[in-house]
Amino acid sequence: MASASTTTARRGSGVGESAGRPDGVPKVRGEFAFSSDLWMDEMLWGKTLRSPHASARIVSIDARPALALPGVHAVMTAADVTGRATYGVEVPDQPVFASDVVRFHGEPVAAVAADHPEVARAAARLVEVVYEPVEPVVDPELAVTAAPLHPSGNLFRHVRIRRGDPSATGDVVVEGSYEVGMQDQAFMGPESGLAVPAEDGGVDLYVATQWLHVDRDQIAASLGMPPERVRLYLAGVGGAFGGREDVSLQIHLCLLALRTGRPVKMVYSRDESFFGHVHRHPARMWYRHHANRAGDLVKVEARIVLDGGAYLSSSNAVVSNAAAFAAGPYRVPSAAIDGYAVRTNNPPCGAMRGFGAVQVCFGHEAQMDKLAAALGMDPVDLRLRNALEQFDTLVTGQVLTGATPVRECIRAAMAHPLPPDPTPRDPMMSRPGGAGLTADDGDVRRGTGLAVSFKNIGYSEGFDDYATARVRLEAGVAGEPLATVLVATAEVGQGFVTLAQQIAREELGVADVVLAPAATSDVGSAGSSSASRQTWMSGGAVQLACAGVRRQLLDRSAVRWGCALEALRWEDGAVTRLGSVDRLTLAELLDAGAVEAEHEYHHRPTKALDADGQGDAHLSFMYAAHRAVVDVDPGLGLVRVVQVTTGQDVGRALNPVQVTGQIEGGIAQGVGLAVMEEIVVDGGQVRNPSFTDYLIPTTLDMPDVAATLIEVPEPDAPYGAKGVGEPPAISSGPAVLAAIRDATGLDLRRAPVRPEDIALGVRPA
Amino acid sequence: MQVTITVNGTSETHEVETRTLLVHYLREACGHTGTNVGCDTTSCGACTVLLDGESVKSCTVLAAQADGRDVTTIEGMASPDGTLHPIQQAFHEEHGLQCGYCTPGMVMAAASFLKENPDPTEAEVREALEGNLCRCTGYHNIVQSILAAAKNRELVS
Repeated sequence: MASASTTTARRGSGVGESAGRPDGVPKVRGEFAFSSDLWMDEMLWGKTLRSPHASARIVSIDARPALALPGVHAVMTAADVTGRATYGVEVPDQPVFASDVVRFHGEPVAAVAADHPEVARAAARLVEVVYEPVEPVVDPELAVTAAPLHPSGNLFRHVRIRRGDPSATGDVVVEGSYEVGMQDQAFMGPESGLAVPAEDGGVDLYVATQWLHVDRDQIAASLGMPPERVRLYLAGVGGAFGGREDVSLQIHLCLLALRTGRPVKMVYSRDESFFGHVHRHPARMWYRHHANRAGDLVKVEARIVLDGGAYLSSSNAVVSNAAAFAAGPYRVPSAAIDGYAVRTNNPPCGAMRGFGAVQVCFGHEAQMDKLAAALGMDPVDLRLRNALEQFDTLVTGQVLTGATPVRECIRAAMAHPLPPDPTPRDPMMSRPGGAGLTADDGDVRRGTGLAVSFKNIGYSEGFDDYATARVRLEAGVAGEPLATVLVATAEVGQGFVTLAQQIAREELGVADVVLAPAATSDVGSAGSSSASRQTWMSGGAVQLACAGVRRQLLDRSAVRWGCALEALRWEDGAVTRLGSVDRLTLAELLDAGAVEAEHEYHHRPTKALDADGQGDAHLSFMYAAHRAVVDVDPGLGLVRVVQVTTGQDVGRALNPVQVTGQIEGGIAQGVGLAVMEEIVVDGGQVRNPSFTDYLIPTTLDMPDVAATLIEVPEPDAPYGAKGVGEPPAISSGPAVLAAIRDATGLDLRRAPVRPEDIALGVRPA
Repeated sequence: MQVTITVNGTSETHEVETRTLLVHYLREACGHTGTNVGCDTTSCGACTVLLDGESVKSCTVLAAQADGRDVTTIEGMASPDGTLHPIQQAFHEEHGLQCGYCTPGMVMAAASFLKENPDPTEAEVREALEGNLCRCTGYHNIVQSILAAAKNRELVS
């Protein structure tokens, strides 16, 4: 049974309570060491030289003028890569440094180490690279048939889904084409790290990343070293949102450190950060929805083209998601969906919060509104009528065995009170345009829109997804039990460090839990801090490692009492014996020494999709609905997002205040994509790589948020908790678009909506 | 050139290039790395510090311009005995941070603002913080943190 809870915080410390962050105090004191704060005496500064062209042949590279500059210690190019010349999070198709050709604006060509950052920058400019520019291929649809831009060709992947009756048609058919622009993760702390040559000939790298172990494996391959000689330590991460899933400066730093024998630090500027990481795929989508007169979906046809840019990154998985979630969280008996991810000379695209589900949500939700209009139905009722339920079958043939509270999410989003209507008395700052170009109050039109979404949790399609945790319990300094949790999980701001403590306290009944620093040399992989997976995966690993600790303490008790294990019970952090008053406290049990247990948590196996896109490819799904209210000045094209309400399926909220923080932050990013955020790429050239030209929401752009957490425990998940990070960033943006369409009557087909799209938009006849 | 700045109550003198920005003076010459750099274009506010008690973005001020003046950074906000400043305490208690990269700048901007306006409305807090970007939180808990801090009357002194 679903229970809807508001997020009143219980300020306790166990699972389900809004415990405080262990890194909160160092972060408010300014003592938390971000990767950009790393410092070693005698360290050098690294700088990357990047291609000014989107497509060019490299005729020659001459590093001598740079090397001649006093203070320069090394200049490295493709010729200096000691191991595999390429890297990649899925397939190594991206050169560490371009050698013969460059395939995107900003591709690394050389890296310099010098004794001062300004010397390094000057030296990078002195490297003489002669390019022969080539006309870039920038249209993803033309790229498919264009001459190959890479030996692996231009089509990364075609995901074809066929289900039901291909000839099925509906009484009512609506068709539409939609576009989504390129969004940047725009984490606040630009890429940075420090590589230190080690005595064993290996290297220690301190870096902000989302997945230490997979970075390590890519670095080791390109250094030509066994992985154990490359040790990664998590440095403080200033946000991630998918943008740190791929390697950026890691290999360059390690190469420079090993070449110079000195520690080397690198910090990207904001400008370089825009070139240094992958972005959210721009999408072009065509849809045709069929329904019967009663409003039941009959068939969904879709064709989705994702511009993957110059290199693969995680395009294969993103397009798989885009296809799998293309129809939205609705019952669709027949489907013909084709998703393509293609290579172009645009910047590489890969992971960003929502990962393929975001782009298609703009399409399927616009279609649902169009269909409702064609049917003369209320758009909320149409969605409720078609909403997925438990044991329904997806277009991929997967049966939904987990919690599927789609209707609860919709009802909860709609149940929140609407904001008061705008009045001429409202302060100017609350009108569209705010402090700058401000709407006249008489021109403001209000609109409301709803959007619904779903997405997978964890890695899919047969990937053996796992997380490792080790828990040690010992007597602390004053004899009190002290638990130490060791995981390589990347804390990127989401608050896994809080959850790890909560879980250990819950499982072991101890108050004192410390987290050991995350490092590849001390513990196995935790997998990536992405795909909303760490609560489930690393959380499950910590839970079961704690269970291992408990089992050892029970064994110890059984030996001490000379009794069978079955007679023993774990009770409030002590061991008791059935039928007796015997009781051993943790302190007594730990007299005999510490206990330690490790667990590698694997989720249920998933399967690859077959030739028709059918298969149990996903572990589990999260659902969310968002209702947006906007004020628009149609003449000036200005939008103010007034309110976003949501119902979000979380399984169970392990830390309600943190969950709400994820929801509000995710909605900010969804609103940003809907009305302001886009990397403008023109002929392959990135035009706005700065925070003056790439705008993200400020305090004044952020709408009011009211959230209802839908708690239906997920049967397979530790504590019944699903992930929570991505859903807020998925349907919030499409809800805003729907609200702007409602306010203006315009057939807006593209996100982000620009002022000219509204001011110059043509109303449908 | 030689630049002397009183940083968090301690006089610091360092020989720097004339073009050195205050943020680099603080981070690299003084070793106060609590002040972060987020954008290089005065857009994000991560580098906000107090110059003679007023908030400035330290990436837009030359160290030379601060010569002979007082600078307070995030490291100077807690009491000498380590007690958190009420704004710091509120950010921690109200979950006003996630990754924490924007936090020092937010706290400093809030400190300057609350001195001018000790009892602000929510709308006034939002307007005051418009120059400080956060990508994690959606700002609501940041605004709540500052309103909670304002309720603590000791702060006004």
